[in-house]
Amino acid sequence: MKVLGNRAKADWSAPLPAERAGASVRLSGLRRSFGPTKALNGLSLDIAPGELVALLGPSGCGKTTALRVLAGFETLDAGHVLVDGQDLAGTPAQKRDMGMVFQSYSLFPNMDAVDNVAFGLRMRGHAARARRDKAGELLDLVGLAVEAKKFPHQMSGGQQQRVALARALAIEPRVLLLDEPLSALDAKVRLQLRQQIRSLQQRLQTTTVFVTHDQEEALSIADRVCVMRDGRIEQVDAPADLYARPATPFVAEFVGTMNRIPGVTESGGVRVLGRLLAMRGEGTTNPGVPVDVLVRPEALSLSDAPGSDGRGIVTNKTFLGAVTRVQVLVEDGLGVQVDQPSEEVATLALGAPVGVFIAAPDVLTAERRAPAAFHEAPSN
Amino acid sequence: MVALVAEPLDELEVPAEEEGTGKHRRIRWWRGIVLFAVGAYFIIPFYAALRFSLEGSNGKFTLSAFTSIPSQPGFGAAFALSVRLAVITTVITMVLMVPTAVYVHLRVPRLRRLFDGITVLPIVIPPVVLIVGVLQVAPTVLKGTPDLLALVYVVLAMPFVYRSLDAGLRAIDLKTLVEASRSLGGRWSSTLLRVVLPNLRAALLSATILTVALVLGEFTMASLDQYQTFPVWIVNFEQDDAHVSTAVSLLALVGTWLLLLLITSFDRRQSRRWLRKESR
Repeated sequence: MKVLGNRAKADWSAPLPAERAGASVRLSGLRRSFGPTKALNGLSLDIAPGELVALLGPSGCGKTTALRVLAGFETLDAGHVLVDGQDLAGTPAQKRDMGMVFQSYSLFPNMDAVDNVAFGLRMRGHAARARRDKAGELLDLVGLAVEAKKFPHQMSGGQQQRVALARALAIEPRVLLLDEPLSALDAKVRLQLRQQIRSLQQRLQTTTVFVTHDQEEALSIADRVCVMRDGRIEQVDAPADLYARPATPFVAEFVGTMNRIPGVTESGGVRVLGRLLAMRGEGTTNPGVPVDVLVRPEALSLSDAPGSDGRGIVTNKTFLGAVTRVQVLVEDGLGVQVDQPSEEVATLALGAPVGVFIAAPDVLTAERRAPAAFHEAPSN
Repeated sequence: MVALVAEPLDELEVPAEEEGTGKHRRIRWWRGIVLFAVGAYFIIPFYAALRFSLEGSNGKFTLSAFTSIPSQPGFGAAFALSVRLAVITTVITMVLMVPTAVYVHLRVPRLRRLFDGITVLPIVIPPVVLIVGVLQVAPTVLKGTPDLLALVYVVLAMPFVYRSLDAGLRAIDLKTLVEASRSLGGRWSSTLLRVVLPNLRAALLSATILTVALVLGEFTMASLDQYQTFPVWIVNFEQDDAHVSTAVSLLALVGTWLLLLLITSFDRRQSRRWLRKESR
């Protein structure tokens, strides 16, 4: 990794020649139990050099354990961690060359920003001048050259995390590990830092694993998102594919907003709101089974023309900018959310009768769960 | 002692607009009584001792009790022995307790309660019982040297030192700091020296002060082990010249207090240096 020389302010757009690409990572069959809890239950994942993979899932899904296994802070019951083909079993954390950014409070309180960033270089026996120069460059890179002499308690949360990022990058890590680095920050800082992390990672081409429970964060930052549940991987895909074509009902509901509309299977598909649609995924193929059909708000549309899939009345409208989310009560207490271009529904009054169309060519089904009508994914 | 008296004085000041109401005047009155009683409890013995040590045999004022201290038989040796024991005890205690406390916090936090219980035992067991037991089982090679006392003092200091360290370790995010250091390539030794210890400075300081104060003031064990440490010398010498013995006690009190002030001001100076470093 080569860092550009002294600049007064961080220049995120300048090209940065990568002297070496990041390392490849292979996690294979990872198993780890804490008492009766299986934190990792046969997790396998390949990460390409220079890739940023987000591990996403609810708390307790094993994402942090996976990261800690990679870092060398947790032992495995079974499985292998390979970096550039080299098995890391028996390699202690301090010899793994992994830069890690923690959730918060990980800067050494007794050192100023420069000394924090230079710590890893000091541990590697670099000369004082060399490590000071390098630390200065890294602080410059994260836009904190001015704060170099500040101690952690004199910096904001966002600044501290940027120093922590510079500190992790200073050792030119084979893999960069980010353990919910943004979760303790307020919304605006979180968004800025997220973009900075991504931009830096792309320039340095450091293989990165980013753990988060925030689906928006994962979708916006990662090359691929790995959705985890109960110590296993549910789906690994590019953000757009994960959103558009979730493999399982769990992924469908965890990522983004999802309507659950009752339907019944038939030979050749599932009948929902009076219309027969093709099915995909692992759902049942036996005819006559009551199921829930999972449809995103933007895959539904409104019309007052006759022949709509379902008819209902508008119960609520939420303006989201370009689109407005309209809540429609279709049948016996079933509410669905429909995203429509805002100008099209500007005059739509509450209580107005509307028709609801399903625009998707095929749909994912899940076991019938009464009586929930829609599911809002957690946003943080 | 002075600090104890000074703090309530500040609290005593009632805001001007509240003065004059009967209720507040009553509270001030009670506070005054309590303050006076507490102050008298500490100051009267101190004053009596000072006055006694400044009184010559003819009842006239003299400094001879103080000026003759260095030339008193046995004083230098007793003081040197106490200082030696204090140093040995502090070193052994720190070397034993710091890694133990860090290990318990890091690896077996569920054993913290157990350690709380174990480390309090030396307070529960009377010193007489402890020293008689130790003298029974101690190897002969140790029985012949005062350093055996240092080993016993290590046990006595354990409750105070462990509690200081425990409080210090609770105040920092030890696990994250240690993991951050290790992920950056820090070995255990450098992690302890460069990351953990500097952030435990206040706890280490108070543990040291408590250990030194304990060793300089311990009488029972030293006397039963028949070594003339500083407190044993004071008691013994009282029979020869009570004025000098009292003067030495007073000096010890003031000396300990000055030592305390010195160490805490050093700590504050260091904090200020950090701040100055930042402003540059």
